Amino acid sequence: MIDTLSFWREWLPLLLEGLKVSVEVAFASIPIGIFLGLVFALGIQSKSKPLQALTVFVVELGRGTPVLILLQFAYFGLPSAGLALSSYAAAVAALAASTGAYTSEIIRAGLEAVPYGQKEAAIAIGLSRRDQLRDIILPQGLRIAVPPLLGFSILVFQGTSLGFAIALPELISRAYFVGSNTFHYMPIFVLAGLLFAAICVPATLLVSRLEKRLSRYTAS
Amino acid sequence: MAGNFWSILAGVPLTIALTFLAFAVGAIFGFPIWMMRMAKTRPVRLTATGFILAFRSIPPIVWLFLIFFGVGSGDISLSPFISAVIGMGLITAANMAEIYRGAYAGLDIGQTEAATALGIRTYHRFRDVIVPQMLRTALPSAVTFAIGLLKDTSIASLIGVQEVAFQVNALAQRTFTGFDIYVIAALIYVAISLPFAVIARWADLTLRLRVAR
Repeated sequence: MIDTLSFWREWLPLLLEGLKVSVEVAFASIPIGIFLGLVFALGIQSKSKPLQALTVFVVELGRGTPVLILLQFAYFGLPSAGLALSSYAAAVAALAASTGAYTSEIIRAGLEAVPYGQKEAAIAIGLSRRDQLRDIILPQGLRIAVPPLLGFSILVFQGTSLGFAIALPELISRAYFVGSNTFHYMPIFVLAGLLFAAICVPATLLVSRLEKRLSRYTAS
Repeated sequence: MAGNFWSILAGVPLTIALTFLAFAVGAIFGFPIWMMRMAKTRPVRLTATGFILAFRSIPPIVWLFLIFFGVGSGDISLSPFISAVIGMGLITAANMAEIYRGAYAGLDIGQTEAATALGIRTYHRFRDVIVPQMLRTALPSAVTFAIGLLKDTSIASLIGVQEVAFQVNALAQRTFTGFDIYVIAALIYVAISLPFAVIARWADLTLRLRVAR
């Protein structure tokens, strides 16, 4: 027990550096991904059939492909098409693409949950299509989408662990490095797991509390 | 290219086997965890909550490495496939416990009241009244989870299970190409999950009608 604690104290700084990389990648890919999700959500609702079909195809492909394959595609696959990305850039690109595909459904559900009367009222007072969206539909729809978007962001943070497969120096890569050098795999992965739990457990509890609080204001 | 394609397909049976076994383990173990989660005794309830939170908050790769390298390098040696089944199975159990809980919460309280009023004992109330209806409401979410699980089994390639993602990477390294190989891999995963998605939609439409309101 004492051994494990001193082992942890020795390697904790290295793992924390990895955790920093995980957090950075998550914080870069989540906003890009949610923006993509908004674009996809609007694309699916578009009146132009080809644009709609293209968006559905991209979203379904993005949701149907394992994140690991997306990461490896971005890191190992794109160079053969003439685009070489660093492991950071590849991780952010892949996680953002996956986030975009998943959150487009969340955002679409949010936009559809805005009562139709809001849109009718916006048309009645003569707002242009762009203003209807920007000032009436989006502010209300996105508010509805906030709790599930936060919930999904926790999953994206967990997804950064797959950066291990493309040599991203995040938490798991560092833990694996320590494990394969010291052969103490068990304690180092337990510590890595605890670090993930230390962030994700409070975040999950907060999101579910927020969900409950917001649902008070929704008429059912 | 045609030969390459077959070598990726060679991973499909393992991907499917891993998904089915992990799901079976999870669907069965999810049950006692759900019941513990609902227990009246606080320590029992907290144990189940802790289990669910741990397996849902710590990424799958950590559990697979912990089981394969951590446990496997000790006295018991575990094959990559068995480690993956255990790891993904436990993650599924935690998620299934939550799905069962949601299904139970969605049932009409009148079903419990009627069963109690008829003098049906707790065991039979669950076996004959609650659980059959619960499973119907749980099925759509369970299938959705299974589709996610199918994709997560790709993580098992990192501990050496020779499923689709493993074959794809081996092929990409052998041929020094990647672009089209990874696209094929993506399409294979989409193709395997399509039948599940159809089942989910069918289940959602038909089974929900067979739950008392």
